[in-house]
Amino acid sequence: MTNALEIEGLTKTYGDGFQALKGIDLHVAEGDFFALLGPNGAGKSTTLGIVCSLVNKTEGKVRVFGYDTDTHLSDAKLNLGVVPQEFNFNQFEKVVDIVTTQAGYYGIPLKQAYASAEKYLKKLGLWDKRDTPARMLSGGMKRRLMIARALVHEPKLLILDEPTAGVDIELRRSMWAFLEEMNRQGTTIILTTHYLEEAEALCRNIAIIDHGKILKNTSKKALLQQLSVETFVLDTEEPLDVAPELTSFPARLDGEGALEVEVEKGLGLNQVFVQLEQLGIKVVSMRTKANRLEELFIRMVEENAADSGQSVEGVA
Amino acid sequence: MTPHAIFTAFSTIVVREIRRFTRIWAQTLLPPAVTMTLYFIIFGNLIGSRIGQMGGFDYMSFIVPGLIMMSVITSSYANVVSSFFSMKFQRSIEELLVSPVPNWVILAGYVTGGMARGLGIGLIVTLLSLAFTQLSIHNLPMMVLTVFLTSALFALGGFINAMLATKFDDISIVPTFVLTPLTYLGGVFYSIDLLPGFWQGVSMANPILYMVNGFRYGILGVSDVNPFVSLGMILLFISILAFIALRMLARGKGIRH
Repeated sequence: MTNALEIEGLTKTYGDGFQALKGIDLHVAEGDFFALLGPNGAGKSTTLGIVCSLVNKTEGKVRVFGYDTDTHLSDAKLNLGVVPQEFNFNQFEKVVDIVTTQAGYYGIPLKQAYASAEKYLKKLGLWDKRDTPARMLSGGMKRRLMIARALVHEPKLLILDEPTAGVDIELRRSMWAFLEEMNRQGTTIILTTHYLEEAEALCRNIAIIDHGKILKNTSKKALLQQLSVETFVLDTEEPLDVAPELTSFPARLDGEGALEVEVEKGLGLNQVFVQLEQLGIKVVSMRTKANRLEELFIRMVEENAADSGQSVEGVA
Repeated sequence: MTPHAIFTAFSTIVVREIRRFTRIWAQTLLPPAVTMTLYFIIFGNLIGSRIGQMGGFDYMSFIVPGLIMMSVITSSYANVVSSFFSMKFQRSIEELLVSPVPNWVILAGYVTGGMARGLGIGLIVTLLSLAFTQLSIHNLPMMVLTVFLTSALFALGGFINAMLATKFDDISIVPTFVLTPLTYLGGVFYSIDLLPGFWQGVSMANPILYMVNGFRYGILGVSDVNPFVSLGMILLFISILAFIALRMLARGKGIRH
């Protein structure tokens, strides 16, 4: 099977000498739902920018469905749809004009472009707004407009850079459902996201990038299997002044008086409750501190920052 | 892309450009019509009647070709520079950059859009001039060729200006400090025969002089310069500016990081 995206030895050094990418290799199989994760400034947007021709690479190879962007750029672009992080449409144009104009850039005649625009605007709940100038739309609608615009030429590979940033939970869930449906129908999807919950819910394969290098590129399942410790937050009936000492389970109090307990994979939670019961501590509720992927991600990025002697300013 | 797909992409850009300047007609079409009407009234009727003849024609007839050309030049330039820079500013230029449209089609589309506005304004000003004087056409092919090529040349100039501009100030510097003086000194209001020998020589270095006179020759049959030299000059400038614009697009000057 052809890879949807192949990146080999990709480097990018900006004019001011900043090296954003230090030779990354990445392969995304056709039909995959792939996440590229990394802290702010890790090189995610630069990587996607190069794939989409918005950023000039310094060195390396990029192939989209086998088409080398150095020699067959037009063919590569025909297979690619892009949803950028920031709104990048003319705010004064009407919704339907933005989508049909984009189709025109791909050589699709107006009648066909209008039919395709209708299909995706309806799917994304924007058809009623087709004659509204884009500036009048809400933030969530603008995000959906960019997705409709990216799909109007039916690309085989859809790239989304933080597609649900600033979108409320309900809308985020409906966008997830839409993207899952697109993926089921055969569209390969690559996304970067601020919400690791999103990557965990949607993606089958994940790459973690930091300081211009790929730290990990594997399946979500394999990645989560690496997580040996999970942290649980327990709310107790009576507030605790000090964290109890539990055998085999390191415990501490968080800033709000709840008890955080680290549980190694395979040990199970029963022993935690037995020991707490013996100490006379009654637990009224429990939750995981972070989703599993987030925990692993933070650990990896912190380790990489420690190795390179830099601090972590933000995640995803 | 197939030739048919390329034509679709080209016409999409042109239609988008025409839709833009007609949507904001009060900013794009109305002001030059008002300004040129004032020129016709003040310079043509009020002052012109005291000037008498120039180049063998009454003053109003003499300045009409120059004023039409002035509108075409400024509108062709303004359309491309403001439209393309706005796309850069709003980042909607990325819609084009991610698509498979070849660079030469992007350039051709914007230049044609600029020409549509420039020539549209030229037509409006020509119709307005008929209220003040009678126009006869001496050489139709020369007139049409000169005005089309001049419009294309200044649309190209506007495109390069927009590629280089990093802020809104940058798109008004060239029209204010270069285009306007060159146009006013380019024989719109006078024949260079009136100037002393030295200033006649200096005027010959002004490219707009050739365009105004080429167009005036097409309408009135009089010109300070050989009209075929005018056409040659315009074609030469078009070739140079098109080459520069395509090089800038290939390198992504100001539009790709």
